[in-house]
Formats: sequence, C-alpha cells, structure tokens
Amino acid sequence: MTAVMEKADASTRTGDVPSFDVTIRVRRFNPESAGESGVESRWDEFHITAYGTDRVLDALHKIKWEHDGSLTFRRSCAHGVCGSDAMRINGRNRLACKTLLKDVNPDKPITVEPIKGLPVVKDLVVDMEPFFASYREIMPFLITNGNEPTKERIQSAEQRERFDDTTKCILCAACTSSCPVFWTDGQYFGPAAIVNAHRFIFDSRDDGAQQRLEVLNDKEGVWRCRTTFNCTEACPRGIEVTKAIQEVKRAMITRAF
Amino acid sequence: MTNATHGTPAVAERVGTLDAPRSPYVRKKTTRGNYELYSWVFMRASGVVLVVLVFGHLFVNLMVGDGVEAIDFAFVGGKWTNPFWQVWDLLMLWLAMIHGTNGLRTIINDYAERDVTRGVLKGLLYLAFTIVVVLGTLVIFTFEPCPAGADPELLASFCTA
Repeated sequence: MTAVMEKADASTRTGDVPSFDVTIRVRRFNPESAGESGVESRWDEFHITAYGTDRVLDALHKIKWEHDGSLTFRRSCAHGVCGSDAMRINGRNRLACKTLLKDVNPDKPITVEPIKGLPVVKDLVVDMEPFFASYREIMPFLITNGNEPTKERIQSAEQRERFDDTTKCILCAACTSSCPVFWTDGQYFGPAAIVNAHRFIFDSRDDGAQQRLEVLNDKEGVWRCRTTFNCTEACPRGIEVTKAIQEVKRAMITRAF
Repeated sequence: MTNATHGTPAVAERVGTLDAPRSPYVRKKTTRGNYELYSWVFMRASGVVLVVLVFGHLFVNLMVGDGVEAIDFAFVGGKWTNPFWQVWDLLMLWLAMIHGTNGLRTIINDYAERDVTRGVLKGLLYLAFTIVVVLGTLVIFTFEPCPAGADPELLASFCTA
C-alpha cells in the first residue's frame, strides 16, 4: 500500500472551511425618513458569504460592519443569555445569536424582522418599555411576611424544582411578541409577565402569591390566554410557557372556590 | 471573499404593512376582578351540560319512535305541555345563548383592534342575544298547543279528547 497524496485543488485546499452564499432580507424602518417618503418600512436584501458555524447574528454583524453601517439591531452578550436580540427570523421568533444560518434554510432568502406587537424604534430595535411595564406590575421580587430568619430561607430540592422551569426566563420578549392576543392591542399582560409571576407564586419562600394572583386576575391577565402555544414554541430557553400560564389559572380557580 | 453587492430594496412594500410602528402601547387601566374567572369556569361547566342537553334533544327528537318523521306542530305542542321538556328547552336556550354570546364576546375582544369597532360589535351581539332569549323564553312558556279554530288534524291528540 502506498499512500497517494491527492492533488491540491486551487478551490478546495486542505484545511479550507466550506462556505456558502446566503441572502438576508431585513425589514428596515427609519423613523427620520418614514414621514417624508410615506413608506412605513421596506425590505433590504444583502448577499453575504457565510460558514456553517455562522449564526444569524454573525450575518447581521457582517452586514453592519461591511455593507451598511446604518443597520440597527440590539445585541449584548451574543451567546443566548442576555435576551437582547430576539427577532422574527423566517416568520418565527428566535434569538439571532442562537440560530445557525444553516438551520433556517440558506437556499432561500432568510427574512429578518423586528418582533411583532411592540413599537418599532428603528430597523430591528423595538421599544421594550410596554413589555417591561407588565413585568414590573407582577412584582418580580421576593415578598415575605414576619421576621427575617437569622440564617437563610431554607428550601428543599423538591420545593425548588416546583418553579425551576420558570426561573430560566431571560426577558427577551420572544414569547410575548409571538402571542396573537398581545398583537391585537397590547393590553394583555403577556406570557413573559405570567411566567415571572409563576416563578414567585410557586416559590415556597415567597408570601406574595395572593397579591400576584390578584394582579393577574385581570381582564387582561391570564384569562386572555387562548392556549395557542405560540409562546412555548418561541421560547429560546425551552420554558413550557403555556403550561406555566395554566398552572397560574388553576391557582386562581382553587383560590376562588 | 464576500459578494459585496449591497442589497437594493428588493420589494417595494405596500404603505402601512407594518401597522402603526410607533403607536404607544400602554395598559389603559387595571381591570381586576373575578368576572373573567367566573366566565372562564362557566364556559367549561356549561359546555359539559350542553353536550348532555343537545344530544338528549337530538336523540328524543330524531331517533326515538318514528324519529324525524314524527316532528310536526302536534309533536312540538305535545312536548311543551310537559314541564320537563319546558325546563329542558329553557335550559338549553339560556345556556347555549350565554355560552355562545360569551364566546363571541371573547373573539371580538381578541380580534377588534379599535375600541369603537369593539363597542359596536359587542352592542350588536348583546342586542341579538336579548332578542333571541326573550322571544325564546316567551314562546316556551306561552305556547298554545290547541289554538281555537285550527284544523284538528294538525293538533296533538289531547286537544280533541
């Protein structure tokens, strides 16, 4: 047996990382020119070369750094923890930093839009304030009665497990902005606020469950959930959002009867 | 390496496809209370009861005895002289109307974007509800199975007896 060295081809040399061309269609909105042209928003297409390890966020970076510096989007950690870059990619809410280009069919143009239901500030940046306002309303902090324990608030592993799923929320708004009830008029509290209420309602150390249930027992609270499961599908952390909402509903019913 | 073809706006979007991109979204007021809770529970409970009532109704009217052939003025007249069927039909009417109206109210709340549209649609809905329920209740309780001067052929057997 003799080892035959393959002829080094100019296009595919050993060690070359295979790349592919992809078209990104970005929905643009510029508040300064919106009034003049009469156009609310427009689609821009960018053609870039990407690698198998590239995420949608890398493509957006490439566009901003090499093609069009005016493209505006949010990102902080770029690793799926801070929850800044939730956007609508190919019609589904995802984190741009957790979505590989090769997973969203790069053969066709990949559409990137701002998340729905929140006011657009510019391009892919939306005003998150209505979202955070709902979050604040459910009082996302520990509420306790009585004297403070001298050492620590003890909790068993089972008690911790009860609300473990809902502690994973990163407040990216992917769930709330995927909810068709929220799209209508933005009055609904939204899945994210209910998930974060669930995190405290079922925490054995917390005594504010009654107050939180009272807040969510609103016309715009949990009762507007239609269990369409859009939120569960959108959650980049895999939280069973719809299940959490139903558990809060059940807590309200057992409280009332 | 990169194809530096800066994208041109490929698609000329229709004006206003992104609805009011900068409209303020603030919860108008808190609307706490048990109303939605009770309405949610009512929908489940009335749904279960209605399954029994509706299928019972269909079974008695369409399958027992001569089945659908037996339905005429006399058949309905005979049924409504019996307090059992009066209560059955009254329950069915009220539960179905409240259940259906509440369902439509929910749909209007979900789909109507403007408060005016919402108000008008709900107004029409409640008007229709009132007319149907009042008329239906009136008929069930004031139904005359043996109107004077009618052809005895068409009436229930107990009218001529």
